[in-house]
Amino acid sequence: MSEPAEHIVKSYEQELTRLSDLIARMGGLVESEVALAAAAVVDQDVNAATRAVETDPQVDALEREVEQFSIRMLALRQPVASDLRRIVAALKITAGLERIGDYAVNAAKRSMVLSHVPLSFSLTPIASMARMVQENLKTVIDAASQNDPQKAIEVWRSDRMIDDLYTAIFRELITYMMEDPRNITPCTHLLFIAKNLERIGDHATNIAETVHFAATGEVLPDERPKGVSSAFAIDRPEA
Amino acid sequence: MNDASGQPVPAPAKMDVELAAAAPGQARIAIRNLDFFYGATQALKRVNLNFPERQVTGMIGPSGCGKSTLLRVLNRMYDLYPGQRASGEVLLDGRNILDPDMDLSVLRAQIGMVFQKPTPFAMSIFDNIAFGVRLHERLGRAEMRERVEWSLTRAALWGEVKDRLGSPAAGLSGGQQQRLCIARTIAVRPQVILLDEPTSALDPISTLKVEELMDELKQDFTIALVTHNMQQAARCADQVAFFYLGELVEVGPAAAMFTAPREKRTQEYITGRFG
Repeated sequence: MSEPAEHIVKSYEQELTRLSDLIARMGGLVESEVALAAAAVVDQDVNAATRAVETDPQVDALEREVEQFSIRMLALRQPVASDLRRIVAALKITAGLERIGDYAVNAAKRSMVLSHVPLSFSLTPIASMARMVQENLKTVIDAASQNDPQKAIEVWRSDRMIDDLYTAIFRELITYMMEDPRNITPCTHLLFIAKNLERIGDHATNIAETVHFAATGEVLPDERPKGVSSAFAIDRPEA
Repeated sequence: MNDASGQPVPAPAKMDVELAAAAPGQARIAIRNLDFFYGATQALKRVNLNFPERQVTGMIGPSGCGKSTLLRVLNRMYDLYPGQRASGEVLLDGRNILDPDMDLSVLRAQIGMVFQKPTPFAMSIFDNIAFGVRLHERLGRAEMRERVEWSLTRAALWGEVKDRLGSPAAGLSGGQQQRLCIARTIAVRPQVILLDEPTSALDPISTLKVEELMDELKQDFTIALVTHNMQQAARCADQVAFFYLGELVEVGPAAAMFTAPREKRTQEYITGRFG
């Protein structure tokens, strides 16, 4: 279904526009929060970590604003069809973005610990994973603000690669820990950081599903392309 | 179901008609390729629609879209006016009610209608109900009392009027008058009830009472509801049909129509974007 015409009631149209603006603003903030957290980890940049942590209250405040505004619209406009889907989607999308912000903060805080520890191995795989996650996040935020189901499907499909990379990083970090017990502290933090990134990817995928439903009225299938879950990835020598 | 005298009312005969795409349940009325003309103006174009047994079918659409015309076809009200004609089929129990030899008084007892504004007769409450029944059946005094009580009870009005059945119906409130009209309609035990914007002249509480009544009545009757109130269609109808310029644009379960309609025109109408 193509982009709908404008509402007869102008104030309703303005409210829907405001809702989109709020989501776009929140999306922008969360994107920069994740970018700062990634820089904090990869470049061991404490300043970036601090800024990521400081961004989070603004993200939380925007989530509350969207929630109140959406509830108000549901009560006063009694939306149906595409409007109803859009408003319910706004609630779900902002809840997802808020969680993504929390994961970014957690990664940023862990990076502060890492910055004091000399690392004997490369962070390139984590850097690649962070890049992929950021790319998906950017695409899904664009999809949400442009109401674009195609972009949403793109994100929904590509999360698999993030999952695969996470599994590889998991194995690699376990190897470093086995090689030298002094690696255990940084590797444990890095494991959590990788897990945070993986969760951010999952939330981006959930948002993609929501955007797709809001735009088309169709629910994406339950089964999405998934990588091997690391929870079942046992690192044992080949027999 | 039992009537007031405790006699079982025979279950309405089922029809063997193919179902329209989205209609669950057996069709009580099946409309096939219906065209309707006011003189040279075509008001309905090739309409195909089923009214499923014991369900509420809501009909929505902008003014002049043909939804009220469709109700007028269903009980052949258009026959009263020269120059109006219908073609196609409207099947009730497998019988085409558009046939010229259809007995209209029998048809109108099978398909009752309630209008936008309450239209009580200038008679007592009791006689408002008894009047229509006398046209179709010969009932003794006791039976007639039972029928009146049954109708008023089914129309959720009995408790409010049982002590003043002899008073003029005009003394009732608007909401009570509308429920009286519904009681009058079901008193002749129709199969189908047509409701043409039955609550547009009522206050919100009376509206809710009529909506609750529809929910009750659909256990026994098949209901066709024309409404301009989209929320009412969403609340009351099992299936919703959207008409535009004489065409049936889309029909489907109410939940689907109001969350994810298939057609762009439906979407724009129900969300208030019609340009």
